[in-house]
Amino acid sequence: MQMLDAGPTDETLLEVSNIEVIYNHVILVLKGVSLKVPKGGITALLGGNGAGKTTTLKAISNLLHSERGEVTKGNISYRGNRVQDLSPAELVDRGVIQVMEGRHCFEHLTVEENLMTGAYTRKDGKGAVDADLDMVYQYFPRLKERRRSQAGYTSGGEQQMVAIGRAIMSRPETILLDEPSMGLAPQLVEEIFNIVKNLNEQEGTTFLLAEQNTNVALRFAHYGYILESGRVVMDGPAAELRENPDVKEFYLGMSDEGRKSFRDVRSYRRRKRWLS
Amino acid sequence: MPTQLLFGAEVFLNGLMAGVLYALVALGFVLIYKASGIFNYAQGVMALFAALTLVGIMDGQVPFSHLINAMLGTDVHHFGWHVNALISIILTMGVMIVLAYCVQQFVFRHLVGQEPIILFMATIGLAYFMEGFGDLMWGSDIKKLDVGLPQGGSFWIEENSQWLGFGNEEFYGFFLDQLDIVATGIAAILVIVLVLFSQYTKQGRAMRAVADDHQAALSVGISLNFIWVMVWSVAGFVALVAGIMWGAKSGVQFSLSLIALKALPVLMLGGFTSIPGAIVGGLIIGVGEKMFEFIVGPMVGGATENWFAYVLALLFLVFRPQGLFGEKIIERV
Repeated sequence: MQMLDAGPTDETLLEVSNIEVIYNHVILVLKGVSLKVPKGGITALLGGNGAGKTTTLKAISNLLHSERGEVTKGNISYRGNRVQDLSPAELVDRGVIQVMEGRHCFEHLTVEENLMTGAYTRKDGKGAVDADLDMVYQYFPRLKERRRSQAGYTSGGEQQMVAIGRAIMSRPETILLDEPSMGLAPQLVEEIFNIVKNLNEQEGTTFLLAEQNTNVALRFAHYGYILESGRVVMDGPAAELRENPDVKEFYLGMSDEGRKSFRDVRSYRRRKRWLS
Repeated sequence: MPTQLLFGAEVFLNGLMAGVLYALVALGFVLIYKASGIFNYAQGVMALFAALTLVGIMDGQVPFSHLINAMLGTDVHHFGWHVNALISIILTMGVMIVLAYCVQQFVFRHLVGQEPIILFMATIGLAYFMEGFGDLMWGSDIKKLDVGLPQGGSFWIEENSQWLGFGNEEFYGFFLDQLDIVATGIAAILVIVLVLFSQYTKQGRAMRAVADDHQAALSVGISLNFIWVMVWSVAGFVALVAGIMWGAKSGVQFSLSLIALKALPVLMLGGFTSIPGAIVGGLIIGVGEKMFEFIVGPMVGGATENWFAYVLALLFLVFRPQGLFGEKIIERV
């Protein structure tokens, strides 16, 4: 087990309580999700496809509107203030920025221009922005080499780095990171997560991380929530979740009893999962 | 046949100048298309509206005078003053910015995330609305626009190019319209300013970011509303410049809005997403149709100018759909 020096503090930065999200006025996606993100921690949001991880993140960063989704119930607060009526730009201004699933780089802009768009909302002058650009290049030396190439022509891993670097350029307090491992080779996933860990420890950035790769996420996170079809079904410190037999079985693909026969698998389907 | 050659050269030069005007209109299309993916059918009407407003302000016309007279039984037409051309242009620009804001606020804000065809339909509606609104506001009669740009052939060029004929009686020197020369200069400045703006300023970078990926732009805190109002304002400015040039050339009248149709082949040639493409496409079409008329025209009975541009565009659609300078679609496998 890996111990992290810097850890979450007692102060809750972001609190989501019992939110419900409906797309297109009819499709109920989140059915009462609650979670807390402590300052200085890495909190993981786990679950399979369609569990509602991305929707939760987008509900927080207010990016739902352009996809015809809306938060119909519940409350989202940041530092104790209600934030769900703010525009994404205002939220970035308050220190919360999202790195979207699938990188979403600006393909026709160069790597450096991509990073500079992250500083769009900043008003603290060119000197401070340039200093942060240097800092990003320190965390991602590869990006420095490729600063003049169009982002569309860089590799998947580099694009993920651009997306994270771009978010850092806004000087955020909290980064909502959606599926950083998507489509990347295991080695790169490890590299990206190590950078996330470094940022968390050295810059004190708080992370809320949505991830399907439960194994990696639980190794780097401090606390985890498991979502299943729009509900939080389990939560706990990452170390405990990793030892939990159900998590092991359903998300880590391990079992104490070895391989199961088909009949056992079927019986598992009938068993009510995680009802807490 | 040196005279023929000289005439050819004159036609070529005139074609270049006409091309500049096509390019100006096409530029407005490219700006909006790049930043918001909207093909703005109303660009031509925007040029008409800008020119109408400019004339109206310069002549001190009372806006909506017909409506006011009809409803109140009064007889007002003009305030009775004349406004300086430069001040009028600035005021008209203000009107175009207000228009950009209204378009965003009342139309496109409610259509975020819709299919491109729906956005396109909205611009068609917008075009008809603005056409009628322009008529209502300033009246539908043909107006003369005179902002003090030089008109007529340039005698200087004519005299100084006469020696090229080497004593040939038929050649009197090149005939170039001064207005066209000024238009070329202004268009060149406009393009340089636009390129500098989009490449080297923060808002320009944000504009290109929005063009690439709306969602990602939102996520880094760029306000789409603001960028779109800005883009429509810039397009409004380009429309104003185009409106001044065309209006000074052929009067401000409804047919001004039809120049938008001439811009279509320009866009297909140059590519919908490229500012240099709009310029080069405009020049090629301008020169192409004049030279074609000059060389091939007599053989087929003339009137080739009407269709040449569209046939050329058709060829491009078949063999190079993204145009000469269109953005290559970056696809990673």
